[in-house]
Amino acid sequence: MELTSLTIGEIRNLLTQKKVSAEELTRGHFERIASKDTDIRAYLTLCPERALEQARRIDRLIAAGEPLPALAGVPTAVKDVIVTRGVRTTCSSRILENYIPTYDATAVERLEAAGACILGKTNCDEFAMGSSTENSGFFPTRNPHDLERVPGGSSGGSAAAVAAGLATVALGSDTGGSIRQPAALCGVAGMMGTYGRVSRFGLVAFASSLDHIGPFGRTVRDVALMLRTVAGRDPYDSAAAPAPVPDYESELDQGVSGLKVGVPREYFAGLSPQIGDNIQKGIALLEKLGTKAVPISLPHTDYAIASYYLIATAEASSNLARFDGVRYGFRSPEYSDLREMYEKTRDRGFGVEVKRRIMLGTYALSSGYYDAYYLKAQKVRTLIARDFLDAFKEVDVILAPTSPVPAFKLGERLDDPLQMYLADIYTVNASLAGIPGISVPCGKTRGDPRLPVGMQVLARHFDEPRLLRVAHAFEKAGGFEID
Amino acid sequence: MALTEKDVRYVAELAHLELTVAEVKKFLPQLDSILEYVNKLNELDTSQVEPMAQVTFGGPENPSLRSDEPRQTFSREEALRNAPEQDAGYFKVPRVIERE
Repeated sequence: MELTSLTIGEIRNLLTQKKVSAEELTRGHFERIASKDTDIRAYLTLCPERALEQARRIDRLIAAGEPLPALAGVPTAVKDVIVTRGVRTTCSSRILENYIPTYDATAVERLEAAGACILGKTNCDEFAMGSSTENSGFFPTRNPHDLERVPGGSSGGSAAAVAAGLATVALGSDTGGSIRQPAALCGVAGMMGTYGRVSRFGLVAFASSLDHIGPFGRTVRDVALMLRTVAGRDPYDSAAAPAPVPDYESELDQGVSGLKVGVPREYFAGLSPQIGDNIQKGIALLEKLGTKAVPISLPHTDYAIASYYLIATAEASSNLARFDGVRYGFRSPEYSDLREMYEKTRDRGFGVEVKRRIMLGTYALSSGYYDAYYLKAQKVRTLIARDFLDAFKEVDVILAPTSPVPAFKLGERLDDPLQMYLADIYTVNASLAGIPGISVPCGKTRGDPRLPVGMQVLARHFDEPRLLRVAHAFEKAGGFEID
Repeated sequence: MALTEKDVRYVAELAHLELTVAEVKKFLPQLDSILEYVNKLNELDTSQVEPMAQVTFGGPENPSLRSDEPRQTFSREEALRNAPEQDAGYFKVPRVIERE
């Protein structure tokens, strides 16, 4: 039996029918990791004892005929910016190379309470800053579809793990597209809920007004099950929304007939045909299912990258001030006074992209520039959010490409940070507005090799049920393999 | 170019980063081109627009806010476990107060 391509539902059936044990399932994944992850390098740290202990707990429940929790025995990967008690959490940064958290993130705690088996921690761009996972302080991760290419980022390890059968599902984090873009480049589903839908407690902060934790899966149903498990209020995160969490799964099959699907013209102007053709086919497929495609405009789209990179870096420069060599992490051994200790610790501990962003953010917040950069960016953020609110008066969901390009080759874009930032053009808008978005596979590019294309579905704040319904209908109609 | 090497060094000082000469030279044109790019925000008139500092939703006061009561979180040992240097139950740092 192939254990590493199962869905959550299939795992549940196999476990309850006693065709496989949770321990066998977990061991099967570690075997595959041992043989495949030497090339892909999705994982930074494995935690087999923790996973197997949980698996045996599930097996005891099954033996005793007890009811099984929602994610019983599901092999799960966790991005290494999310803390795990007793398991090294590095944020893919040298500055946290030996950091062992003393607590679990709320999302991790909820996954384990629901029976998930956490296999290990996945590689990413350092502190989630990047779009290729090449900014990891340890090593790059490779795209399972073509090992010469990046998996996207920053949650590239989680996306690659799910795509390659090294985990059934995974957690990532999304600040400006860091779940959706690697999902697109690796050919899996990845979702960012409404801002505040999932508690950020235990997510090492990058940009607090934009940070999200969210799930990856190979099916929309798996994403829905994961989201339901981790979402909801949390006394440890005051931004975690108190709104009740719907049973997303039960609404998946309610169909999409009559829904109005917005197609924003700004997202298609200048889009290369290798991506655009697939998205157009995706829109046509949804029309066949009874939706109505409506052309819309999100007029401030072109300003989103500028607004995002000012706000995100400004918040990052403040959040990353905590890494100073005092309470945790690396401390430079050479210094003569406190100030020099800070400066050398941070210079040696942080990688180049993190330093670049701290510099940009510090500049944007510095005396004399605050109004011109940070405040201006926040005002433009208001305009971008308003664009979406206006659009959602006319349509139920919005469809868009996730990334303007498919997976690119390692090293291809590293020398030009601005070009790398511009590749986030289709994802940062939803982040700024705080609305939910999912990226689902939408066929592959022409040419050789054929690479995955991702399509985004965006919805109103807290309208995850409708967003998931559209994504699920698209999947059921063959949208993932559209040709 | 609007940014100077002096600016880069000043910002590095604010950010507690000891940049090497090579890093300053590398960052200068990169930061400059990013700042030039973000200047496009000035094409928009935002004189009547409120800044958006946070995604907020209408409704009653957020019940996620809990009462401010002291309670045990981590033990001192746990809190110190990741410290690069510690002494007598405290985080140890280089001397910051000069002796007379």
